[in-house]
Amino acid sequence: MSNNFFKILRAGINTTFQDKGRNNLYHIGIPFSGAMDNRNYLLANKLVGNKLDLPVIEFAYQGPLLRFYGDKINIVITGDVVFKLKQKDKEIDGNCYETYQLENEDEINILSTNKSVYGYLAISGRFDLKLQWGSCSTNTKANIGSNEGKKLDNEQKIKIAEINENIVNKKINYLNSKIENIRIMKGTNFNYFSDKGKKNFLEKEFTVSKLSDRMGMRLEGSKIENIVNTNIKSEGLLKGVIQVPADGNPIIMLSDHGTIGGYPKIAVVASVDYDRLVQISPGSKIKFKEIELSDAETLFKLYEMETQNLLSQI
Amino acid sequence: MIKNISNLGDSALYCDFGTEVNKQINSEVIKCFNNIRKKKIRGVNNLTPSYNKLIISYDLKVTNFKDVKDEIEKINESEIQKITNKNLEIPVCCDTSFSLDIKRLEKKLSLDKDEILENFFNQEFFCYMTGFIAGMPFLGDLDEKMRVQRLETPRVKVPKGSIGMTEQFANIYTFESPGGWNIIGNTPLEVFESSKEKEPNLINPGDTVKFKQISLEEYKSYNE
Repeated sequence: MSNNFFKILRAGINTTFQDKGRNNLYHIGIPFSGAMDNRNYLLANKLVGNKLDLPVIEFAYQGPLLRFYGDKINIVITGDVVFKLKQKDKEIDGNCYETYQLENEDEINILSTNKSVYGYLAISGRFDLKLQWGSCSTNTKANIGSNEGKKLDNEQKIKIAEINENIVNKKINYLNSKIENIRIMKGTNFNYFSDKGKKNFLEKEFTVSKLSDRMGMRLEGSKIENIVNTNIKSEGLLKGVIQVPADGNPIIMLSDHGTIGGYPKIAVVASVDYDRLVQISPGSKIKFKEIELSDAETLFKLYEMETQNLLSQI
Repeated sequence: MIKNISNLGDSALYCDFGTEVNKQINSEVIKCFNNIRKKKIRGVNNLTPSYNKLIISYDLKVTNFKDVKDEIEKINESEIQKITNKNLEIPVCCDTSFSLDIKRLEKKLSLDKDEILENFFNQEFFCYMTGFIAGMPFLGDLDEKMRVQRLETPRVKVPKGSIGMTEQFANIYTFESPGGWNIIGNTPLEVFESSKEKEPNLINPGDTVKFKQISLEEYKSYNE
């Protein structure tokens, strides 16, 4: 056990430990969780020379201000993030996807995500965390996972169990692409909605509501009228499922979603667009575009190849 | 058996067992769930059984809709084993400090408290599914005369251990959570133990449950 740690001088808005998520627990009510933007999570671990499945710190909007105590350590920030580093007495603006070395009492100040939601901080080493059902991911709504299932808080210490021996500085050029058109497949209750409702869903713009979090993204816009039943017999949910409750405003299930729900499913977001969907900030406009299952499978393969390609460049 | 398999997005199979909610259909869902779980199909990373549906999720990096569907269709009905279910007894205290909605229940059901409790404690429940929040069991079926709708305005915080009723079901709030079920009592028993790495939930789909009424004194001394 090393004596290295971070002290949290400011925790940020929603700062949690996240990793690859938990499997095989939906049937007892425990969702997948894990890093919201999987590509940026993987890139963060790879840049600091870690195994790809290690936990990182995920933050939303405003991130944490951390002071490091200990030996040398490398850190990296991924996403579209504005941050500063205080190394000895000089302060510099940090670049995402570039590693920086921290020494005793250096600071990282993560000011904000830039027109996006989530960012990631990885260290060249391992945080001192326990796994719960195979994952460190924190689900703050169910109090599951690392840090007793809670957000990181001011004045807390983040202990580091181990620092990698060979620290190499790395950097890649990567620009997060943005999307406004979210590709979807029809859901199992698509025909619960009126022709006008379906048309609104597929053609009109929706605004991402402020009431969006790791559980779900709420949308506002043209109401989607239900002509069959505004409830279904409760059944399983998945991330990306779009439910429409009686008020006609769609909700997209995100990584910490409840595992069972009783609202009709109008559509499901294609996996290829999930990483970019979660980065769309409140107030932004989005539109849905219908695609077929076979297209969704092909597009995901291409996206995954691109991710692997990026990782192999590091 | 499965009446129809369709895709739910690009990473899940949606297996439809029917539209009704009854023990027979639900038992088929649970049997199928137990069987698929044992098979460990490549790429399958989650199964969500509910009243009359089973959702099978998979990792699109490893497999796809067609391959998983083929595997599911190969499962021979005769292989499917009987459910090995448990019979459980759950202690419940209905002291006025716990039965938050008893007045509402009396009014809505046109029954008095004694009649409601007698009916509630004399029947056996069947666990249809667990979920929504971690470990929450959905237990049926309440007597026709015991069925009420959810609260018009859900509570922001339902206390941990609360026993709720809605339509034909009873449930248990495994931890404090928002919720709209009619609260009849509270159990001191840990129905979901997140510290347990294996089988953190006491009640699983297919199990039968009887509630046993306990006094406030018994409730207080239960975990001592």
